[in-house]
Amino acid sequence: MVGGGRLGHRTIGCGAVSDALEIEAQVRLGGLDLAVELRVAAGETVALLGPNGSGKTTLLRAVAGLQPLDAGSIRLDGVTLDAPATHTLVPAERRPVGVVFQDYLLFPHLSARENVAFGLRARKVGRREAGERADRWLERVGLGTVGALRAGQLSGGQQQRVALARALATEPRLLLLDEPLAALDVGTRAEVRRELRRHLDGHDGPRILVTHDPLDAYALADRVVVVEHGTVTHRGTLAEITAHPRSDYVGRLVGTNLLDGVLEGTVLRLSGGGVLVVPNGEAVDGPCLATVAPSAIALHRDAPTGSPRNAWSAAVAELDRFGDRVRVRLDGPVPLAAEVTAAAAAELDIRPGDTVWASVKVTEVKVYPA
Amino acid sequence: MSSRTTRDRLPLAVLGLAALAVGFFALPLLGLLWRTPWSSAWDVVTDPITRAALWLSISCSLWSTAASVLFGVPLAWVLARVEFPGRGVVRALCTLSMVVPPVVGGVALFAALGRRGLLGQYLDLWFGLRLPFSTAGVVVAQTFVAMPFLVITVEGALRQQDRRLEEAARTLGATSWYAFRRVTLPSIRPALMAGTVLAWARALGEFGATITFAGNFPGRTQTLPLAAYLALETDPDDAIVLSLLLISTSFLVLVGLRDRWLGAAASGTGRSVAER
Repeated sequence: MVGGGRLGHRTIGCGAVSDALEIEAQVRLGGLDLAVELRVAAGETVALLGPNGSGKTTLLRAVAGLQPLDAGSIRLDGVTLDAPATHTLVPAERRPVGVVFQDYLLFPHLSARENVAFGLRARKVGRREAGERADRWLERVGLGTVGALRAGQLSGGQQQRVALARALATEPRLLLLDEPLAALDVGTRAEVRRELRRHLDGHDGPRILVTHDPLDAYALADRVVVVEHGTVTHRGTLAEITAHPRSDYVGRLVGTNLLDGVLEGTVLRLSGGGVLVVPNGEAVDGPCLATVAPSAIALHRDAPTGSPRNAWSAAVAELDRFGDRVRVRLDGPVPLAAEVTAAAAAELDIRPGDTVWASVKVTEVKVYPA
Repeated sequence: MSSRTTRDRLPLAVLGLAALAVGFFALPLLGLLWRTPWSSAWDVVTDPITRAALWLSISCSLWSTAASVLFGVPLAWVLARVEFPGRGVVRALCTLSMVVPPVVGGVALFAALGRRGLLGQYLDLWFGLRLPFSTAGVVVAQTFVAMPFLVITVEGALRQQDRRLEEAARTLGATSWYAFRRVTLPSIRPALMAGTVLAWARALGEFGATITFAGNFPGRTQTLPLAAYLALETDPDDAIVLSLLLISTSFLVLVGLRDRWLGAAASGTGRSVAER
């Protein structure tokens, strides 16, 4: 039930519109036993979330052609890239794939411009034309002036942009991003994330984003696939996954409420219409993202006394039991998933369709620039 | 930060031992300069036999350095990157000539490539190629002892290199050969240069294998070390001049190389470190 419906646009057979990227990957590597099925449509970004060692990067490497499958297949636009059963394996250099690596892996002996031109030169584009196209890409990522500098002379954010330009310069059909923002500090991160969003939107093929940060997944991806111990445990939007956690990892780390809105002082005006009072923090006025842990939300039958500054009445949309806890999905101006103990849920006697009061302490709301 | 505080903390014992080491290397050079018969030096240097030996030393050592790079880099790459059974044995075999006495190496070369040798008899029979006592034989003998220095230096660098850079190149459409040329080789450049210089220095100073395998014919196989050794028996003063000539040639080339190749690589590293 968790994600089956999300694959609704999968079409089997010919003639119909099908997913651009079809993966059925099985890889055994060290202690990892990876078995993942994943389909990505053209123009869609899928975020792969998962703990360290869960197999996200291995899956990405298999799609890029750096890790052969043991079984299964990878198809892009109907072309088989890897299928051990038929001894098909298209080498990495012949796949129309662009990769942004975790720590960028810029070539240290080349300038930013030569890094971006590398893929074109490798594909036998003339030196001059490759250089001109590299310059255009550098300008597109806002780095028109640093082309002559070497990788080591660039800031983290600049290196990230060069890595993106390098991956996009060969105009790949498929774009793979492995933790593209992980190495950046918080200040640069929001800005680079915004730009990345713009470049992802400008790319018309399928995109896969590996991340461990729900914030990145929320801001950059259309849907989320959670991989744990080599298998998919959740599929859907982040909100759907938060409402139905199926594992400790998702319950604790991924399954947090994400809300976007515009910050004015200590008031976050949510894009859904609600209002959230937030702490006086580092975030400046403007577009922001806020996170609220489900366990930080208290539920009441009646309007809470002592007037907490964030309290509102909401309709219970769904109840989902997870271990000895219950996730309660709330509709209304502030769409949230709350988590209460099974005992508390029984005491409150809440059912879908009921109206309850939800409250959250101001200090439990975390705000990030978007 | 300030160099004064750093200097204050340097342990005196280390400084003293290092100074002794510098003296150990400087003293023989000073001794040579002290004993040099400057009045007759120019005559020895301009002697046709000396000039032939100098020319032979330089040209043969450069040829054997070129051969060491041509075959040694691929060998280092295979040893570093390809897993195959018996790799340790192959590595030991290919670096054996570093540890065996060069004279022994020369005898072995003779057994293999001499006119009656394992392969040499066929080289003579089929191609009329006789390596012993020829200038080509000098190059073979020098390459035999010099190449391992390049191989172990380059192999070490290849092992330390971040292989993911090559993977990044491949996802950008580079064939493995293109990635090797444009990514792998440039990133091991300092080690390649150091290995090349080591191999060249070893080739220039080669004595034992050369005299055993190629003999000592002036103008054909008599390199400068051989000429110096021979002169020692007849005219020690000449030997001293020849030694000084050999030392200054090596020294000039080393200094020249440092500035052009090694120096550039070193300052490149220094810059990126300073930026961080």
